[in-house]
Amino acid sequence: MSHPAVEIRGVRFAYPDGRKALLGVDLRIEHGQRVALLGPNGAGKTTLALHLNGIHDADAGSIQIGQLPVTDANLPEIRRRVGLVFQDPDDQLFMPTVHEDVAFGPANLGLRGEKLDARVAEALDAVGATDVAGRAPHHLSGGEQRRVALATVLAMRPDLLVLDEPTSGLDPAGRRELVDVLRALPITQLVITHDLPFALELCERAVIMNDGRATADGATADLLADQGLLHANRLELPFGFDPTVARRDDRPASPRRAD
Amino acid sequence: MGAGHAHALYVHEHSPVHRLAPEVKLAAAFAFVLAVAVTPREAMWAFAIDATALAVVLRLARLPVGFVLARLAVILPFIAFAFLIPFVGSGDRVDVLGVSVSQPGLWGAWNVIAKATLGATVSILLAATTEIPSILRGMARLRVPETLTAIATFMVRYLELIAGDLRRMRTAMTARGYDPRWLWQARPIATSAGALFIRSYERGERVHAAMLSRGYTGTMPSLDRRAATIREWLVAGTVPGVAVATAVAAFLAPA
Repeated sequence: MSHPAVEIRGVRFAYPDGRKALLGVDLRIEHGQRVALLGPNGAGKTTLALHLNGIHDADAGSIQIGQLPVTDANLPEIRRRVGLVFQDPDDQLFMPTVHEDVAFGPANLGLRGEKLDARVAEALDAVGATDVAGRAPHHLSGGEQRRVALATVLAMRPDLLVLDEPTSGLDPAGRRELVDVLRALPITQLVITHDLPFALELCERAVIMNDGRATADGATADLLADQGLLHANRLELPFGFDPTVARRDDRPASPRRAD
Repeated sequence: MGAGHAHALYVHEHSPVHRLAPEVKLAAAFAFVLAVAVTPREAMWAFAIDATALAVVLRLARLPVGFVLARLAVILPFIAFAFLIPFVGSGDRVDVLGVSVSQPGLWGAWNVIAKATLGATVSILLAATTEIPSILRGMARLRVPETLTAIATFMVRYLELIAGDLRRMRTAMTARGYDPRWLWQARPIATSAGALFIRSYERGERVHAAMLSRGYTGTMPSLDRRAATIREWLVAGTVPGVAVATAVAAFLAPA
């Protein structure tokens, strides 16, 4: 394929109150790649994510998803292609039951009846949440909420998955389950996270953002091993965590679906 | 759909009343309340018929008597008020147990008590046999304007969340020694209400962004699958049918 999954060129954005959030971001993600987007609070990570499906309109620069530029005319198809999972599942899950919530996206795409039910079942199955279909979102555990939130965008069969802080508020078991689900998905993924071990475990490539710019881009293991780079970007590894050791010992050489 | 997300008023059962389509139950309950409300208060026998019809449905729904009576406590304030009417009312006086009370007042009290009890019972019946998401779907199928059902849907979803926010803010205040006893100490509560409003407003913006991300274009997709059958309408129609017939009879042949 000649077009990458995502191509961001020179995107600049300022909020209505004048705060400059993006000062010219360039980023290219190939099909099937999992990329971690790292950076301190206020670096512009979430703002960038909201540009990928046209929630925010770039002041300058361009974004292309596959061969399709993000423009107003293309928004319906862009929003089908880009699955955005918000940081707080309570923002993502707004319908009275899980089933209705997962059905919301595909129903907006025009699916009805059995096709719609099949799509919902497929998405819930992909995240191992079939048994909670009839429950109310606020009665789910944090881990279940997170996986259901993921299902709500998987139901639209996106080409690109953008996850904003997917591990925040999860207990270690919930985090583990999420890693397993994400690793099993053969979809291009952009994962915004402060959780550096999580980034290392999930993503072969990482991009660091700071002050509205992409400041580093490379193999996750290499970036995390560079203490000076991390320090300059207000990033810190958890106490006692050695990325070089973790890389070698923690994960068996499981087959990578991506790349 | 599975269970496990019932609200406090819901009784988990598999009765014929539970199985009825929600729009049918909503319409029937509404019609029943209307019929009871317009029944002339002097026709005591009419209310007896309405109550009997309702009792049969309660039995069919397998609702525990204690549950219904406990929920009926919500109308106690109205009944307390109704008890005052005969004493403060004007008009002809009659002696009841040696106390002189107003006759129109007595009828007024009876009117409030009978109609409030029947109306509240039918609401309890509806709530006990229909889960909230179903009620919302029923409203949508009854062509309640979509904006209203959407607002109700979001309210159901986020009410607990906002209540949780409020609880946490109160806990945080208490933890820092706030223990309001007097009116002039109410300021922090007012401030926190404002903060809660801002928080909820911001959440609304984020939810809207999440909806747009999933292809929302301004109208909620209707996820209806099964519309009520004629048979369901007929079955559920019997109860308000009885009430309407009773009301008409009461008008034609005043007791």
